[in-house]
Amino acid sequence: MEKMSRVTTALGGSVLTGRTMHCHLDAPANAISVCRDAAQVVVAGRSIFKIYAIEEEQFVEKLNLRVGRKPSLNLSCADVVWHQMDENLLATAATNGVVVTWNLGRPSRNKQDQLFTEHKRTVNKVCFHPTEAHVLLSGSQDGFMKCFDLRRKDSVSTFSGQSESVRDVQFSIRDYFTFASTFENGNVQLWDIRRPDRCERMFTAHNGPVFCCDWHPEDRGWLATGGRDKMVKVWDMTTHRAKEMHCVQTIASVARVKWRPECRHHLATCSMMVDHNIYVWDVRRPFVPAAMFEEHRDVTTGIAWRHPHDPSFLLSGSKDSSLCQHLFRDASQPVERANPEGLCYGLFGDLAFAAKESLVAAESGRKPYTGDRRHPIFFKRKLDPAEPFAGLASSALSVFETEPGGGAMRWFVDTAERYALAGRPLAELCDHNAKVARELGRNQVAQTWTMLRTIYCSPGLLPTANLSHSMGKGGSCGLQLMNSFNLKDMAPGLGSETRLDRSKGDARSDTVLLDSSATLITNEDNEETEGSDVPADYLLGDVEGEDDELYLLDPEHTHPEEPECVLLQEAFPLRHEIVDTPPGPEHLQDKADSPHVSGSEADVASLAPVDSSFSLLSVSHALYDSRLPPDFFSVLVRDMLHFYAEQGDVQMAVSVLIVLGERVRKDIDEQTQEHWYTSYIDLLQRFRLWNVSNEVVKLSTSRAVSCLNQASTTLHVNCSHCKRPMSSRGWVCDRCHRCASMCAVCHHVVKGLFVWCQGCSHGGHLQHIMKWLEGSSHCPAGCGHLCEYS
Amino acid sequence: KVNDKRIRVSQPLTRGPSAFIPEKEVVQANTVVERTNFLVEEYSTSGRLDNITQVMSLHTQYLESFLRSQFYMLRMDGPLPLPYRHYIAIMAAARHQCSYLINMHVDEFLKTGGIAEWLNGLEYVPQRLKNLNEINKLLAHRPWLITKEHIQKLVKTGENNWSLPELVHAVVLLAHYHALASFVFGSGINPERDPEISNGFRLISVNNFCVCDLANDNNIENASLSGSNFGIVDSLSELEALMERMKRLQEEREDEEASQEEMSTRFEKEKKESLFVVSGDTFHSFPYSEFEEDMIITSDVSRYIEDPGFGYEDFARRGEEHLPTFRAQDYTWENHGFSLVNRLYSDIGHLLDEKFRMVYNLTYNTMATHEDVDTTMLRRALFNYVHCMFGIRYDDYDYGEVNQLLERSLKVYIKTVTCYPERTTKRMYDSYWRQFKHSEKVHVNLLLMEARMQAELLYALRAITRHLT
Repeated sequence: MEKMSRVTTALGGSVLTGRTMHCHLDAPANAISVCRDAAQVVVAGRSIFKIYAIEEEQFVEKLNLRVGRKPSLNLSCADVVWHQMDENLLATAATNGVVVTWNLGRPSRNKQDQLFTEHKRTVNKVCFHPTEAHVLLSGSQDGFMKCFDLRRKDSVSTFSGQSESVRDVQFSIRDYFTFASTFENGNVQLWDIRRPDRCERMFTAHNGPVFCCDWHPEDRGWLATGGRDKMVKVWDMTTHRAKEMHCVQTIASVARVKWRPECRHHLATCSMMVDHNIYVWDVRRPFVPAAMFEEHRDVTTGIAWRHPHDPSFLLSGSKDSSLCQHLFRDASQPVERANPEGLCYGLFGDLAFAAKESLVAAESGRKPYTGDRRHPIFFKRKLDPAEPFAGLASSALSVFETEPGGGAMRWFVDTAERYALAGRPLAELCDHNAKVARELGRNQVAQTWTMLRTIYCSPGLLPTANLSHSMGKGGSCGLQLMNSFNLKDMAPGLGSETRLDRSKGDARSDTVLLDSSATLITNEDNEETEGSDVPADYLLGDVEGEDDELYLLDPEHTHPEEPECVLLQEAFPLRHEIVDTPPGPEHLQDKADSPHVSGSEADVASLAPVDSSFSLLSVSHALYDSRLPPDFFSVLVRDMLHFYAEQGDVQMAVSVLIVLGERVRKDIDEQTQEHWYTSYIDLLQRFRLWNVSNEVVKLSTSRAVSCLNQASTTLHVNCSHCKRPMSSRGWVCDRCHRCASMCAVCHHVVKGLFVWCQGCSHGGHLQHIMKWLEGSSHCPAGCGHLCEYS
Repeated sequence: KVNDKRIRVSQPLTRGPSAFIPEKEVVQANTVVERTNFLVEEYSTSGRLDNITQVMSLHTQYLESFLRSQFYMLRMDGPLPLPYRHYIAIMAAARHQCSYLINMHVDEFLKTGGIAEWLNGLEYVPQRLKNLNEINKLLAHRPWLITKEHIQKLVKTGENNWSLPELVHAVVLLAHYHALASFVFGSGINPERDPEISNGFRLISVNNFCVCDLANDNNIENASLSGSNFGIVDSLSELEALMERMKRLQEEREDEEASQEEMSTRFEKEKKESLFVVSGDTFHSFPYSEFEEDMIITSDVSRYIEDPGFGYEDFARRGEEHLPTFRAQDYTWENHGFSLVNRLYSDIGHLLDEKFRMVYNLTYNTMATHEDVDTTMLRRALFNYVHCMFGIRYDDYDYGEVNQLLERSLKVYIKTVTCYPERTTKRMYDSYWRQFKHSEKVHVNLLLMEARMQAELLYALRAITRHLT
């Protein structure tokens, strides 16, 4: 439907109509040009040279200029241009370096008019003077530009760029005598047609070849250039120095650029490689094209606006052997598909939100956020200063900040800094980390560490004291589990009292456990159980209600035929008896204000079963010495790590991974590990914990991660005298043959660590400076500066 | 002390770094040595001044861009793992039985953690690397046969597929080492004398050209001694004649213009003629070479390649209806190749671009004893002649110039070095441009090498572009 719609524009009497359409050519096109009547277009390529009439519904081939049985290379066109004053006059640039003019008014079949064979290499571009009837300009690979008067046989003047190949030449539309030329080495030159001896102005516009340029049709001195470096730049040439006004970054090298008529800031571009689309850009909005034409299947080689005063018709030729007319209203507009809202989390929980101004304005009357009371949030609105395009895109940025001093992520930084990850026996590492976690009020994590220690540090070999210790931990973990349930139906005060009573010594915990099981047995008169299995069974049974995994965990200890439901009901008080044997009173306080418990019960409830289950198991081994190999737990540990990672605590996952090393690594697939590592390192770096992040990188076993520290390890040093880079050695300059870094104390060359004052830039050997500054606060060089060393 | 001890100047077996160039010709002024040492320290992978570098240091400007790009493709960020890169270099060098490069990269391969087993031959490497074989073969000898189907086969999703960036990296390496093999043979680079104990994978340090040389050398030297007077006079006039022709061509351009038909027949003629350039010569100057090659192929090098019999086949012989001439203007390095290569393997484009530009524009404005000569024409003729043999045609070049400027012995040399480098002999090297300096002949070799590399890259990149569209 859309494609069928017509666009009609009244242009001083004549009317342009048409639709989006294309026609097949016999061969790839290299360039196209439009006749000034806007009704004909010429297409030129290596083996095509035809004129098509643009009719309302289709292109109609009007004339084939490629005549003769054996077409010569003169017809292999690199460029074509139609004179904007004379409807009968065309010029082509041939790949063999010949410039040919064509006169459509000739009566014979062969319309070839004149042949200029002055260039030695391929001619890249030809250009007619916008107002003079007989002046033609050409630019060639051989580095020369030539100006021809069509009334004469030879060129009138030759301009030498003094640099590499000429890629484009364009007469200024406003200044009669001026033309611009672009070069393969990135330069743009401005010439006066009357002065062939030297250019008026030269500047480097791009990195690499400048493929094209175009003068603005209305604004005097605006020149757009496009280069292989994927940029389009708009220059203001009216000032003393060419000033870059706009820069558009495209995704591929820019082959052609054409200003859009009647739209001051719009220009169309196409690419030479890889990207087949044509884009129309608003130069003030350099990141999103205003419009995009996606009809071509191979690179677009030529674009032209159909009429110099009509912004809606664009013609294009392509390597895919097709000629297209694009209607602006049929173009796809990437802006419309773009997400107009942006949202980003800051490091400390701040939230930034950008959206269309109208959208925000409508909502700003409302209270922005009414969720969590504990984190008061206030709403700050910063308006983007200096909106250049009103109506096009004006957006507002809102920042939601968490309360200052809330220190939401403090624990992360502390943990990262204080954790020990390597260099000590596993048991010590676990203990240390557990301690750190506990001190930061993260009991869950602390318990996990203790449990890991229990699992992996061969409990069978440990003295009994340790055993009961681990049991105590197991208990406390269970307590958490209980807590999550008990918060409702049990006063915490009561619990803690009993706990205090119980937590006298480690030795007693055995009996407590046994007691409890005994109580259990007594409570349960109907069940006759004997021997070691009983407590374990009950413990397992207890947790079963929450977590089925226990069946898998310990099949031989489980007796499914037991009446679990009964046990479950009775288990609550019993469990309470068992669990409340925490090792120390400080634990209780932690408990009370632990965010996990107080904050969200659901959290703990979901977490606890996993943890407690194996801690309980470990208790049962400890007691009955039926050890399981650590391998037995690997599944659980794996699940635990996954759990932490999913909770967002990737820190824990990675730390455990590093501490346990080989013991768990094989159970977790490489990709997940890598993912965890990279996320953690990313987080660390955002908090600027460079040392920790390096340690993690170093300790990681994942190849992709350890590679991180092997890239860009070069350090560049410049000489302090001649300011040149010091290439071979860091302490002596090859160019000025002076030692760059002398110690201000001992006056010798510093080859290792060099420390210097940022105030006076004197310095020297680290040791020497340290020593010096112990005795004096002045700079050792005697400059009088009061140096500080910290 | 400015000279650093870390650079070991390797002691060649005989007569300096090259068998073709007398040692004293390679010795340089102190500043150049310093500069070279610096470059080696910065960019050499082995950290020592090898023979290639020594010979190239005759053109320090070029050496820098060469070493920089080589270092980049071997050591810097890139899609392929380090051992892969060296193995690909080995595969490429093996196509021309260049034991010098093979040995060099066997060492580097092991040093970068490559699996020693791979060095037993292609059967021991992963299928993925093995798949590269076909493209290696074509690229080395008949790059015009590479089509987008070859590319598709390699990148098709599957267990052993190549990603496009990896493939581009591999192609750049292959082209680089094919071309470098041309330089090694063309300049008669001597094997490195290596004090390190060989690891069993190194090939016996006997290059076939050495054997040839040893057999022929006495004769050549005797001949040149006996005929020295005559030879100098002869070559002097030869030089004068060349200069004369260059001048005439320059003037001619303005007045006489050949017709279009004439121009295209000239290209065809040059193409066809290149067909006969070597064939006759091979017969005469290689009485042993076939035998020699066979021996080496079966013993050592062949384990890195398949289909060792596949070699250069004259482009002209294939007939134009099947293989259209590659029109240089339709796919140029500057416009197309660069953008593609840089997109898929970032920054290598800039380095190669600089290298090509450097070699094409390098001139000291001298020709043998003459100074202030514009050698553009000669350089262009050399460059385009190499491309002509690979079927690449420049619309804006008059191939008649090649005929005027490049004498037959030089054409023989060019063809041998670019198409069958392993057959190069000292006699070939000596027989052209007898009056020219060795450094100028090295310059010729650099041009040939880069022209060859660009030709291979253009064909490969064009195929990749076609695959992408």
